[in-house]
Amino acid sequence: MSDPVLTVDDLHVGYPGEEGDIEIVTGVSFELQRGEALGLAGESGCGKTTTALAIMKLLAPGLRQISGTVDLQTANGVVHLQKRTERGMRDVRWTEISLVFQGAIGALDPVQRVSRQIGDAIRLHDPEADRTAVRERVKELLERVGISGERASQYPHEFSGGMRQRVMIALALACEPEVIIADEPTTALDVMTQAQVLALLEELRRDLGLALLLITHDLAVIAETCERVAVMYAGSIVETGPTDAVFAVPQHPYTQRLLGAFPLVGGERALPPAIPGTPPDPADPPSGCRFHPRCHLAREACWHGEMALRPVGDDHDSACLFAPLQQTAVAGGVR
Amino acid sequence: MAVSSETVAQLLGSERGPLARWLVGAVRVVRAIGRRPLGAFGLITIAIVVALALLGPALAPQDPLASSSFDFANRMQSPSSAHWLGTDESGRDLFSQFLLGARVSLIVGLVAGIASAVIGAAVGICAGYFGGWADRGLTFLDDWFLVLPFVPFAVLMAALLQDDAESIPGGQTGIIVLVLAITGWAGTTRIVRAQVLSLRERQFVERARSQGASHVWIMRRHILPNVMPIVWANTVLIVALSVLGEAGLSYFGLGDPDSFSWGTVLYNGFQAGAINQGAWWYVLPPGIAITLFVLAFFAVGQVIDESSTPQARRL
Amino acid sequence: MTRLIAQKVALALITLAFVLTFNFFLFRAVGDPRDDLLRVPHMSAPERAHLIHARGLDRSELDQYGIYVRNTLSGQLETSYHSGRPVTDVIGEALPNTLILALPATLLAALLGTWMGIISARRRGGTADGALTGSALTLYSMPEQFLAIVVVLVFSIWLKAFPSQLSEEPGSSATGLSHVWDVTQHAVLPVLTLTASILASWSLIMRASLTETMHADYMTTARAVGLSPRRAVLRHAVPNALLPVIALTAISLGYVVGGVIFIESVFSWPGIGQLTYDALLNRDLPVLQGVFLLTSAAVILLNLVADLVIMALDPRVRAT
Repeated sequence: MSDPVLTVDDLHVGYPGEEGDIEIVTGVSFELQRGEALGLAGESGCGKTTTALAIMKLLAPGLRQISGTVDLQTANGVVHLQKRTERGMRDVRWTEISLVFQGAIGALDPVQRVSRQIGDAIRLHDPEADRTAVRERVKELLERVGISGERASQYPHEFSGGMRQRVMIALALACEPEVIIADEPTTALDVMTQAQVLALLEELRRDLGLALLLITHDLAVIAETCERVAVMYAGSIVETGPTDAVFAVPQHPYTQRLLGAFPLVGGERALPPAIPGTPPDPADPPSGCRFHPRCHLAREACWHGEMALRPVGDDHDSACLFAPLQQTAVAGGVR
Repeated sequence: MAVSSETVAQLLGSERGPLARWLVGAVRVVRAIGRRPLGAFGLITIAIVVALALLGPALAPQDPLASSSFDFANRMQSPSSAHWLGTDESGRDLFSQFLLGARVSLIVGLVAGIASAVIGAAVGICAGYFGGWADRGLTFLDDWFLVLPFVPFAVLMAALLQDDAESIPGGQTGIIVLVLAITGWAGTTRIVRAQVLSLRERQFVERARSQGASHVWIMRRHILPNVMPIVWANTVLIVALSVLGEAGLSYFGLGDPDSFSWGTVLYNGFQAGAINQGAWWYVLPPGIAITLFVLAFFAVGQVIDESSTPQARRL
Repeated sequence: MTRLIAQKVALALITLAFVLTFNFFLFRAVGDPRDDLLRVPHMSAPERAHLIHARGLDRSELDQYGIYVRNTLSGQLETSYHSGRPVTDVIGEALPNTLILALPATLLAALLGTWMGIISARRRGGTADGALTGSALTLYSMPEQFLAIVVVLVFSIWLKAFPSQLSEEPGSSATGLSHVWDVTQHAVLPVLTLTASILASWSLIMRASLTETMHADYMTTARAVGLSPRRAVLRHAVPNALLPVIALTAISLGYVVGGVIFIESVFSWPGIGQLTYDALLNRDLPVLQGVFLLTSAAVILLNLVADLVIMALDPRVRAT
């Protein structure tokens, strides 16, 4: 039953270079179903965060969206985000779709109390709101994410890393959005706290029917939380599908190598092979499939033409010419 | 007329001695700075001033100290073909004075600036390297000097030293350099110390100590080279401020009346009532010259700053 | 937190003590104060001997130091060589005049400088930024007396719009409102010059501070929440940017103390600056010392106040 709440189609984001635009995101397309958790996986620099910022139209001054559409399904019909003006976006931001950054100390204003920052978000989109009501709601949100309501009057630096992440989640929920994009929500946290935060996200998703786009380089996190996964490399998506299927029998050499990089607890005590080479420079990308210089399956055909996503299984797409691939993960894997 | 690094190296003989290497590096830096329009403006202006400093006395049509230059019948004349910048209150040619001004302003700025930088760097290195009580003491001293308001302090010192003008090398001008150096070193210390602190943590210092290297050796061999880039960048700023400082102190009549630094000419003009007489030709040229000269240093400093900021900031 | 406050106050007092001591020894290091008495006009030998004894100049250095500290702390500074009046009186007369210039100028410069800094930081690299930064740098590169001279030439000599000398028309016996008007007219150009001078450094510092805060992560959060760029800047960037600015205000006040001298002397405005200028000309060392002491104390105190204000505004500092 397809009920996409967020549809991204052929998104291109980049900045002007000497000979035309240099693209950081090249033709990214995916669908996020209502209430589903979709993981966007890939190594640092592959364009995951840029995609998230592009959706929210919060790109840094040098970058711009070159082409593509981003559609958000709201109670009032479909909103074409790429067509919205800055003013129009402000109505949509936080009320329909919100963003959770890494809860680093810099993500929250250090000189304002947490209650004020969350309260401001609520009041921004509901100017009539009564002061007591807002205060109650702030306490309620904090309790919801497992923080004592008493701590509302504290400052960001008074919270530990994990707690700050929860505050950011509470902030993201303030206006009851339909979609939450979480960008590396657990990266700076220790394993124990990671598990807690993930459990929290999962719980909230179920209780509130949120759709979650989880961006991370950590496949284990995706394996735990997401029903579907989209793997990104050098600005484009190379594989999408149900998490179980993708991780069990990956249909793209990059995914295979990525999974191979994660050692199995009960597996061989051997150092997993690193992926040779380095990610390409967006200003001078390889022709054809961008992964071919590092790919263990590369052939002549990989150097030419567009690599589009094609179905290779049940709701499972791959951009590799040689998919469907029978081989399982190169070494180790993620259960 | 670009000079390539290779040409310079060749001119100095094929063996790349340390001097040759230093010159090659310097040429490269200058070219990098000159590539930016702001940097080009800065470098060209400084070059012009240096040229004036060197050639000024030779080019000046008149020597303001010579008795023949006095011409009271023609005092405070506006610019004419005979006197491009008019005449002063004694009838002397102002253009000559202008040409001479570059020399003193430049020398004072450079000497005071470099002296400040050397003292500041030395104190900063010691404070950062030795740590403990030495650091605390030196930092307190540094903070204290930074707190003191420059003008009252400088004025007081200069006034006190006036009597001993003969015993201080350089006379009146030497006093100005001394006062500027004493009031100017504190800024450098702070940044140098910060840099040294970050270096001290590094392992190579510990290793060197365990190998029996003396403090001085470590400071010279390891700390100094790492600190020099910041010191250079900071020196550019300090020299600019010293030039301004010289103009200020000269304005109080503390300068050598026989030297015609731009600051002194401004002072003379003011004393002669040039302003009330509307004699703009007297005061505008030296003032604009100082402004452009100082601006040139700031421009170069800005370019150096920009090139050391990571490009990632843009995105 | 009270411990922190106590520490800061203690540090300020120690710094002040150093200034006092420095003042004392500097004076004596470079010359014998007894020689300076020779400068005082029309003094006979017995008068001189009497004065030396009265001022304790025939006692040991340490004793003299003690006397000096006691005197200074009870508000009794030396006597001016030139006028023979107590330095405290002389400075006391001049100070209000300087404040008439300094206070409006600082306020104007702060407002304008903040506004310029915001524009510069928001349109970083653009033409507006370039023009504003360029003007600020140029102003900063001008010697203050030259700036004052230019202002006088343009507004007073050529445009004849405002008077350029003194704080009131010489020989005027105006009182009350017309006196205030007279002084105001005379104050316009000096205030304008001082404002421009302070503005230069203020706008540059504000620009740097704002640029840093404007690109902080919490700004992206603010935008993501739905704040307009303008509101995000006002609500989040400016309060954070103000913190270092407050600290720098205190430092720039030390700068004002310097700039005032040049400007006052060009306009013959009877304030501390003019006083210093004349004292220098007359080698009136007690006055110079007094001014040095006063201005240093003022700067140290202002720094302390700035420190305490930052403590009140920045929760992170309080936590230590």
